[in-house]
Amino acid sequence: MATFLIRRLVNYLILILVATTGAYFLAATSLHPRANVAGRNPPPPVAVVDRQLTALNINDKTPVLDRYAIWVKGVAHGDFGRTWDNNSVNAEMGRRMGVSLRLLFVGTVLGSGFGVLVGAYSAIKQYRPSDHAITLVSFLVLSMPVFVLAVMLQIAAVKINKTVGHQVFQYSGETSAGLTGGFWTHLGDRLQHLVLPTLTIVLGQIAIFSRYQRNSMLDVLDSDFVRTALAKGLRRRAALLKHALRTALIPAATFFAYSFGLLLVGATFTEKIFGWHGMGEWLIDSILTNDINAVVAISCFTAVLVLIAGLLSDVAYAVLDPRVRST
Amino acid sequence: MSVPGDGLVEIVGTGGALPGEPPPPDETRAVSHGRLVLARFTRHRLAMVGLAVLVLLFVVAFLGPYVAPWSYTKKDFTAFLQPPSSQHWFGTTQIGADVFALTLRGMQKSLIIGLLVAVISTGLAALVGTFAGYYGGWRDKVLMWGVDLLLVLPSFLIIAILSPAFRSGSWLIFVFLLSAFLWMVTGRIVRGMTLSLREREYVLAARYIGVPSHRIILRHILPNISSLLIIDATINVSAAIISETSLSFFGFGIQPPDVSLGTLIADGTSSAFTFAWLFLFPAGVLVLIVLAVNLVGDGLRDALDPNSVHK
Repeated sequence: MATFLIRRLVNYLILILVATTGAYFLAATSLHPRANVAGRNPPPPVAVVDRQLTALNINDKTPVLDRYAIWVKGVAHGDFGRTWDNNSVNAEMGRRMGVSLRLLFVGTVLGSGFGVLVGAYSAIKQYRPSDHAITLVSFLVLSMPVFVLAVMLQIAAVKINKTVGHQVFQYSGETSAGLTGGFWTHLGDRLQHLVLPTLTIVLGQIAIFSRYQRNSMLDVLDSDFVRTALAKGLRRRAALLKHALRTALIPAATFFAYSFGLLLVGATFTEKIFGWHGMGEWLIDSILTNDINAVVAISCFTAVLVLIAGLLSDVAYAVLDPRVRST
Repeated sequence: MSVPGDGLVEIVGTGGALPGEPPPPDETRAVSHGRLVLARFTRHRLAMVGLAVLVLLFVVAFLGPYVAPWSYTKKDFTAFLQPPSSQHWFGTTQIGADVFALTLRGMQKSLIIGLLVAVISTGLAALVGTFAGYYGGWRDKVLMWGVDLLLVLPSFLIIAILSPAFRSGSWLIFVFLLSAFLWMVTGRIVRGMTLSLREREYVLAARYIGVPSHRIILRHILPNISSLLIIDATINVSAAIISETSLSFFGFGIQPPDVSLGTLIADGTSSAFTFAWLFLFPAGVLVLIVLAVNLVGDGLRDALDPNSVHK
């Protein structure tokens, strides 16, 4: 077992290494940070630009392999280099991870929790009107790309704000600029900003989780062990909750592990549209600003998280499935 | 399409016989697999609605431009940013372009991209999956490692980084890139199925009488996983359309002067609060397409694979 785990871990590490290296060469050859200053008026002297780019290790006149060697040396010491405007990538990443976490934690937990409940309810009431309605709505949400859903919510919020004549919903940023007041005012302001992006995430999550949960619940409902549980005199509620729901949770739990593992990478569209400066927004902005070191750091970070999420889902499986646990 | 001897027998023709006529010669006969699937599919009401909507959208997208009063290149200099009217069914943009004509144009591109990507990525999944599963050994190891690698790479990021390449070139490069990141999970499933099919008697028999491997894959393995592939290709149409519009939304996908639903929605978003028609019509069409494809996919799954998670 131990050798198996170690082999798997080594395989993962090599995958991360290869993926990150690939991302580095791709980014270093396709992105042109020099273009960022090209439009300036008056144009800065070439020598100055060159010196600055070399200092940041993103000068396209240095051979890619040399740049890669410098970059690897930094990463070996845990330093992902500097952004194109000369800030530490590590520090920026830490800050943005905090933002993504604040945005996504509540949404993911609420969304998966409600999703499982809705899906289980839908399965128990199979082919009743409520089941049909839930299925139809979840199909509708699943067919709606995040950016459409987010903008629709914003439009609705603007409408509501206008009719009420008061800023009920905030739809841009994490906090209001220049807000004065005590702790509670600030907390209220933050919560107000959190509502719409969280709703965007929660709706999507409910749609996915409820589909998963409905399917796995239906599989379990006819199984022998649920019938046995009912036959030995358990109430329907207890049989459904303790035996059916728990077993049916396994697929949803593996999925949950994945979405939780990828929490820190952020929700690209939600963050970008609602103006939260998290990891997801950085993904877009770093490409738009030709920020090579940031792009590579994000790729590496994502790769690590995907693999951690894979491990997490294995653990979730082991915890929930009695057959796996006993061996 | 018919699979001989799959043991599916259904009583047919008993209700249709007229009283005076002699009964039909055999009252039970084997129903072909294709017929059975078709019957199951047509029973699925939502899937039929989805199919009808999809056909309608295709007709509108490709024949609509011949009927519509404005073409997407013409600009109406008497109507800037006008709400929907009898002249401009979906309103006009800041420069007087007709939103209806633009939406049709975007629909064409998005539909074609969706179809192409679905076919290519499912084909790739079938090719790599069967190849890895059938041959096994080092080929299997190398291919599956490649699958792992592609799964680890953030696809959105890679396509976005490479987007300058198709800014100057053709949108077909974009199609290939999208396909390249959509096939891996299915490829894995196909490989798993091939592994078990490889040990079946009829495959072994074919191998022992000297049928070459590529023919076995083509004639014996692929038909047996066709249900999965058809369902997968359908689902991939909607996945591809969503990916395309998402990338185009940020300017990493379809590049001007081409328009897709994604670029239209992106253009409309900035003024969505005040000039809602710029956003709502392309977005509504997009949701309608994806919803229709998903419903058809769901119906196909029930029809082709009745033992799956659904029933």
